[in-house]
Amino acid sequence: MFTYILRRILYIVPIALGVTLLVFGLVHIAPGDPLNAVVGPDAPAEVVEQLRRAYGFDQPLPIQYLIYLGHVLTGDLGQSVATGRPVAADLGRALANTLVLSIGAALVGFTSGTLLGALAGWHRGGLVDRFATILTLIGVSVPHYWLGMVLVIVLSVELNLLPAMGMAPGGAAGWGFTGEHLAHAVLPVITMSVIPMGIVARSVRATVADVLHQEFVQALRAKGLGRGPVLRHVVRNVAPTVVSVLGLQFGYLLGGSILIETVFSWPGTGFLLNEAIFKRDIPLLQGTILMLGLFFVLLNLLVDIAQAALDPRMRRS
Amino acid sequence: MPDDNTPLLSVSGLTVSFRTERGTASAINGVDFTLKRGEVLCLLGESGSGKSVTLRALMRLLPERRSRIGGTVLLNGEDVYTLPERRMERLRGKAISMVFQEPMLALDPVYTIGHQIAETIVRHEGVSFADAERRALDLLERVQIPSAKRRLKAYPHEMSGGMRQRAMIALALSCNPALLLADEPTTALDATVQMQILLLLRQLQAELNMAVIMVTHDMGVAAETADRIAVMYAGRFVELGTARQVLKTPQHPYTAGLMSSTVHGNMRGHALEAIPGAPPDLTALPPGCAYAPRCAYAEAACTAAPPPETWLEPGRMARCVRACAAVPAAV
Repeated sequence: MFTYILRRILYIVPIALGVTLLVFGLVHIAPGDPLNAVVGPDAPAEVVEQLRRAYGFDQPLPIQYLIYLGHVLTGDLGQSVATGRPVAADLGRALANTLVLSIGAALVGFTSGTLLGALAGWHRGGLVDRFATILTLIGVSVPHYWLGMVLVIVLSVELNLLPAMGMAPGGAAGWGFTGEHLAHAVLPVITMSVIPMGIVARSVRATVADVLHQEFVQALRAKGLGRGPVLRHVVRNVAPTVVSVLGLQFGYLLGGSILIETVFSWPGTGFLLNEAIFKRDIPLLQGTILMLGLFFVLLNLLVDIAQAALDPRMRRS
Repeated sequence: MPDDNTPLLSVSGLTVSFRTERGTASAINGVDFTLKRGEVLCLLGESGSGKSVTLRALMRLLPERRSRIGGTVLLNGEDVYTLPERRMERLRGKAISMVFQEPMLALDPVYTIGHQIAETIVRHEGVSFADAERRALDLLERVQIPSAKRRLKAYPHEMSGGMRQRAMIALALSCNPALLLADEPTTALDATVQMQILLLLRQLQAELNMAVIMVTHDMGVAAETADRIAVMYAGRFVELGTARQVLKTPQHPYTAGLMSSTVHGNMRGHALEAIPGAPPDLTALPPGCAYAPRCAYAEAACTAAPPPETWLEPGRMARCVRACAAVPAAV
């Protein structure tokens, strides 16, 4: 188990390097000269040349990459072209805000999805199953930005029950555990939890049904175990698959949703990405994508370790 | 406590049918037999003849929603199908236990062998888990698993097929059952390992004076282990007798057909005769003898009504209109 974990940790080094390489390449893949975004197309040639040297674009690509890597490793993600502020600081704030939404959406979506899926799988073909199938189908099919807008129109505009925009009154850009903050989080959290709820419920249902269909469940009954103990065995067998689905879904949630954060004016990573794309703010874009990519890699590592802890068959190879 | 003369198991008029998408499949169509303590009965037949379903019905393991079960199953004088589920759980694994065909599928993949055996002992005997694990170690040694102590901590996927089946047997024997049901316990194993497992089962059966119902489609297995043999076809016993009677002088053409389609000694130079056709569709059984469409001796009486049980002598039965005139044994 220990060597397995160690090997998995070593594996992420090349993967993480690959992420930095892709992100670095972004500057050169994106159409147009990156310097145009800084000085505009009409700038005199010598100014552009001067900037090119200042940004290090005159160096050969491998050297540029190594310089970039050095900066990343020391926590320097560059400065936003649009605001001049360090990317790392803006990104940190946005990540914290998105974290609020994603943890909330995970709590709501994962618990309801897991419960719904487990019940449906246990009573496959029954009334609960049919109800759950319809609910999850709606969950994964309804466009969430549309759902967000409907919720805003009904609950905020018509009924005036919940706030529709921002994190707190007065356009505050940080989280706090106050009633106001919680009220502001309700609608985006619900909107965001619908898709993971559907996906989690569907895969939990399939896994539970699959495990229940296996012969060892009958063998457990044949040795005299009652409902409770059999259920415990089923849960232990379902857990590895469910953990990996939850991990992946949490990864998607962490990326924030451009659409949801835009609909609700929530200053998270999705909001930031949206801004960076529209303003062609390459350093901000790079920093955000790099961070989200690394989070995803890390999350996968955690999922792998959790799976190996839960399923002895995973520990080999 | 019932005295030694009452049969351990007494089955009468057992029927099982399943609701399927294509209609009702009649898997068991009236099975009657009794089993004494320490007796070994082999259920012999092709796939789909109802052998495995019979075993599961005896343990009340069939899915209740999809199956209809009729008749009575008395285990130690108690009717299995009128007991409350709680009470039945106490019998499963203790008075009656089962060895499955494919141990890789029948063992829980995420628990160690030791845990799975100990769990059963704790369940039925209420001892501490540590004591149960000690008993599990004894059991693994009893089924001749080498370096048993290490195997206690092994997961099913870390063991070979033969080793897994030994562990499965240890699990089934963990609470000294009076009746062991073995569902083709050697079918999934290599030929060399098959014989070892059979010998082990026979040795344990004799040591523990256990009754065993062994399901198999292998004549050799039946000859090797059985006191009595019941030949099954389309959910009925078509022939019943001592192993010697059934194998030496088969009365039902199906039994004879099974024997002539089996490879055994001194057959070099003889062509194997396969039984023509396939087992009947259980959702549409013929009104007469279910074997008649494949039977070389079929006559008008066979297709009119199911042939009655013909008792040639006590304990010797064949369900065939020709049962008085012995079918020549094909050797």
